[in-house]
Amino acid sequence: MKVTIVDYSSGNISSVVNSFKEVAQNKVKIEITSDLEKIKASDKIVLPGQGSFKSCVDALNKISGLNDALNEFVKVYKKPLLGICVGLQMFADVGYEETETKGLGWISGKVSKIDNQNGKYKLPHIGWNQINILKNSKIFKEVENNSHMYFVHSYEFIPKDNRVISATTDYSTKVVCSVEKENLFGTQFHPEKSDKTGLKIINNFINL
Amino acid sequence: MLKNRIIPCLDVKNGRVVKGINFVDLKDAGDPVEQAKIYSDGGADEICFLDITASNENRDTIYDVVEKTSKKCFVPLTVGGGVRTVEDISNLLNCGADKVSINTAAVNDKQVVVNSSKKFGSQCIVVAIDAKKNGDVWEIYTHGGRNKTGIDALKFAKEMERSGAGELLVTSMDRDGTQVGYDIDLMSKITSAVNIPVIASGGVGTLDHLVDGIKLGNASAVLAASIFHYGKYSVKQAKEYLDSKGIPVRI
Repeated sequence: MKVTIVDYSSGNISSVVNSFKEVAQNKVKIEITSDLEKIKASDKIVLPGQGSFKSCVDALNKISGLNDALNEFVKVYKKPLLGICVGLQMFADVGYEETETKGLGWISGKVSKIDNQNGKYKLPHIGWNQINILKNSKIFKEVENNSHMYFVHSYEFIPKDNRVISATTDYSTKVVCSVEKENLFGTQFHPEKSDKTGLKIINNFINL
Repeated sequence: MLKNRIIPCLDVKNGRVVKGINFVDLKDAGDPVEQAKIYSDGGADEICFLDITASNENRDTIYDVVEKTSKKCFVPLTVGGGVRTVEDISNLLNCGADKVSINTAAVNDKQVVVNSSKKFGSQCIVVAIDAKKNGDVWEIYTHGGRNKTGIDALKFAKEMERSGAGELLVTSMDRDGTQVGYDIDLMSKITSAVNIPVIASGGVGTLDHLVDGIKLGNASAVLAASIFHYGKYSVKQAKEYLDSKGIPVRI
């Protein structure tokens, strides 16, 4: 089993790397790379993402062939992929951070700014919030409803089809914080920074 | 519901904790990695390291500390102290810090905040504001509180928000180390002036001070050093107390 964390200069990925290595110990190989051949040969992929929607999409596009390799991995081979934070947001068709930017289009929907209700809600949404689990996502195995997860974001993914939503969190609205569609998994929160429960989610993904 | 955060802060000098306490089961009270692990196991919502290493030669020690801690603690880690350039920020993030706090450098040149938040995202840029009351206004101090700048803290807070700071860490220099409580006036003025989260710091001596920082100062998070270092209270006790006062915390 080989899990690849895609390193595409999307900001700080050391915490993601540390948490996956902690969970995997020596049983599962964790590779950090943007090498297309290595990505294609992986069993699972983690797509992290920090910074803006646009900066992450731009960073993906900068690596020649990466988009195609990811598309093939997800759509042709249908192997599991976990998107974290902006990594999840990029599943959408379009994002509106900085400027209108085309996403990967894997799950139909858009990414727009959380409504702060005229300053009533501070943005970014930073800190620990509880998740409302809406469906039995495979990555939520043995994760209790209302568990606390660590969030840091100002934009939210709004999918067209509600059935892909596996969890929401309450902040101004019911913010989508986890999705599952076939082999695609995504969390808006940071499992790598969400203490033991976060590590459990990572463990669930590794053991899919 | 979003929870208020409790952030224990460790002062680190030459790679060692200053003012450390002998916790039970702690082999080396001066080891920041071990102390951070105890805090995170005890329910700390974040860990903060403040590097107070004076000499440049020993600055690399903090990188080693951050690297080791981030392999053991899976809650957010904020590191501040002596951060001057975008490269310093990049180095700390690469070692495993999740957020970097900038103080003097942000006052000297706000472009550091603009550039680093563009490059790494606002989520990891915390601007630390050290303020002292001067008549009816609060003035910014730099270099660990030694240098007066004449800059108005409220104006500066708004400017940092516009420049791309994701959070503000506000310390009252009048209260820091006194254990008489946060400067609530300062906190509430800043929290109402900006729309980004504010972390209150400086002056905590009792658990009620933490309550006040959140209830009266409207801080999103409360940072404290001494009350945790000296073992007066554990993070768990602090959380249970806040919970008993109706403040939403992660328990």
